Amino acid sequence: MSMQQVLAAGRVRLTPHRPPAWRRRLHGSELAWAIAFTMPYIGVLLAFAIFPIAYGLWMASDPALYVTLFSSDEYIEALISTALYVGIGANASVFFALLLSGFFMRRGWWVKVMLVLSMLPWALPAQTAFISFHWMMIYWGFLNSLLEVFGIAGPDWLGDYWLALGANIVAYTWKTMPLWTLIFLAGRMAIPQDLYDAAEVDGATGLRRFVHLVIPLMANLYLVCTLLATIWMLGDYNTPDMVSGGAPLGSTAVLATVGVEFLLDAGRPDLGVAAVVAALPVLIPAGILLIRRLQTREVQL
Amino acid sequence: MLSVALLIWWLLPLYNMLLIALDPEGDTEFTGVIWPADPTLKAFAGVFLESYWYLKDFWLQFGNSSFIGAMTMTFTALISSLGSFALGRMWRGKAGAISTSVLLLYTVPVYFLVIPFYLLMHNYGLNDTLWAVIAANVTFAVPYALLILQWYGRLIPIELDDAARIDGATPIQVYLRIYLPLMAPALAVVGIFAFLTAWNEYLYQFILLSSPGNKTVAITLATFFDNEDTPWNYPVAASLIYALLPVALFFAIRRCVATGLVSGKR
Repeated sequence: MSMQQVLAAGRVRLTPHRPPAWRRRLHGSELAWAIAFTMPYIGVLLAFAIFPIAYGLWMASDPALYVTLFSSDEYIEALISTALYVGIGANASVFFALLLSGFFMRRGWWVKVMLVLSMLPWALPAQTAFISFHWMMIYWGFLNSLLEVFGIAGPDWLGDYWLALGANIVAYTWKTMPLWTLIFLAGRMAIPQDLYDAAEVDGATGLRRFVHLVIPLMANLYLVCTLLATIWMLGDYNTPDMVSGGAPLGSTAVLATVGVEFLLDAGRPDLGVAAVVAALPVLIPAGILLIRRLQTREVQL
Repeated sequence: MLSVALLIWWLLPLYNMLLIALDPEGDTEFTGVIWPADPTLKAFAGVFLESYWYLKDFWLQFGNSSFIGAMTMTFTALISSLGSFALGRMWRGKAGAISTSVLLLYTVPVYFLVIPFYLLMHNYGLNDTLWAVIAANVTFAVPYALLILQWYGRLIPIELDDAARIDGATPIQVYLRIYLPLMAPALAVVGIFAFLTAWNEYLYQFILLSSPGNKTVAITLATFFDNEDTPWNYPVAASLIYALLPVALFFAIRRCVATGLVSGKR
């Protein structure tokens, strides 16, 4: 078969063919190449990752640390805030990114300009972006000044638990949505035009196309992104530290901010690491689920 | 209508930053204005000409940040694309499962590995070098990059590789001539991801770099925010200038992302 034929065949056959197990055994120079290609990855892991990770876990291995942590009200409060912050935030940023990626599938120069503009939040340094959010949302800040123009007396955004938590979530979503949007956009572009055409012949356009074509095809990618967002957001320190600053009264502090406080301010690095290791019961299942999702063979196309 | 709402969503915080950067005193965040009463480019000039004393090495630091970003991007894309090619297209089997299982190690947030990482770099004699920061960024970006690449790699028919192999291509030729070109959109995503990870990262730079010649923009911005009495217009203007490089980079490879030739579709 020539390359062109194969290319053409690739378009038609939508389920990638998997070779039988016996073909996966590599021999001789094949094996040497495969090993050579994997070496940089393994090398980076061995040289830079294994020791810090093992050391971190060792630091947090004393059970007494967890007794100290779980007997502190501050820590329990941080656990609850973290669950809300991550649970709502990770889902919101990925869900809106999926919708937004559909917007960018439209044609026209205007959409391309918007795509570049939409990447701006991601390109800004996190510190500045989040401090700008903080200034915007303080009582006498820009947001309330703007609302006043429309005759609305704005609330004290960072003085109320739910509003402050919401501010953190909005800021995080604003900052990280571009990454998910880009991933979904690349995923949507991988959907062959033929499928859209076929759906259109069957009368599926707009919302129905989204529900019956895009969602089933993107489901796996969507889950992968949500899990990644969850894992990353659990370690997010910048947003809660800079946007709400824990206000009101430290109630919106999360595991990462409490942990860093132990790590850098209180001089208790072991407690700092333990504060986050305590989240492993959530992180590890998320990690396993993520890996299983990546192994699934029912590929989308 | 939707476009307008989206523009407001993206640009409102940016507008707030611009408002502060254009203010002569840099204290508009406390005065409740919504329009710059007396706009001046003083702060931007201060950054460009390095005239404000905190920013006297701005361009050197900008160069350091760019070097870290560029190297992180290059090494992440190279290592993860080689790895994903070998695991996804040569072994095609259990090796992929092993490689992704490594991700479990990375579920511990990277923030908390900074102290062990510092000790490790000390042993390697890499402390206070830009390479220490690059090593950290690459280490923590590669597994995710590999994951994204393997995922997209599934969309490219494996028959392409087989056909090329039958025509006598070596693995490196398949990698260079078939895999990389077809993976261009995914590689662009991974490259931007790696670059911005480095660009947004602060804690590792702060801990690992100490001499003035190795400071980065992120460290300098943090110095501003730690001092209550500094005018805000300078750091905000500096951040806006700092953000221009990734935007330009994104613009440059946008075509690559937008053409979408995954799955053999042109």
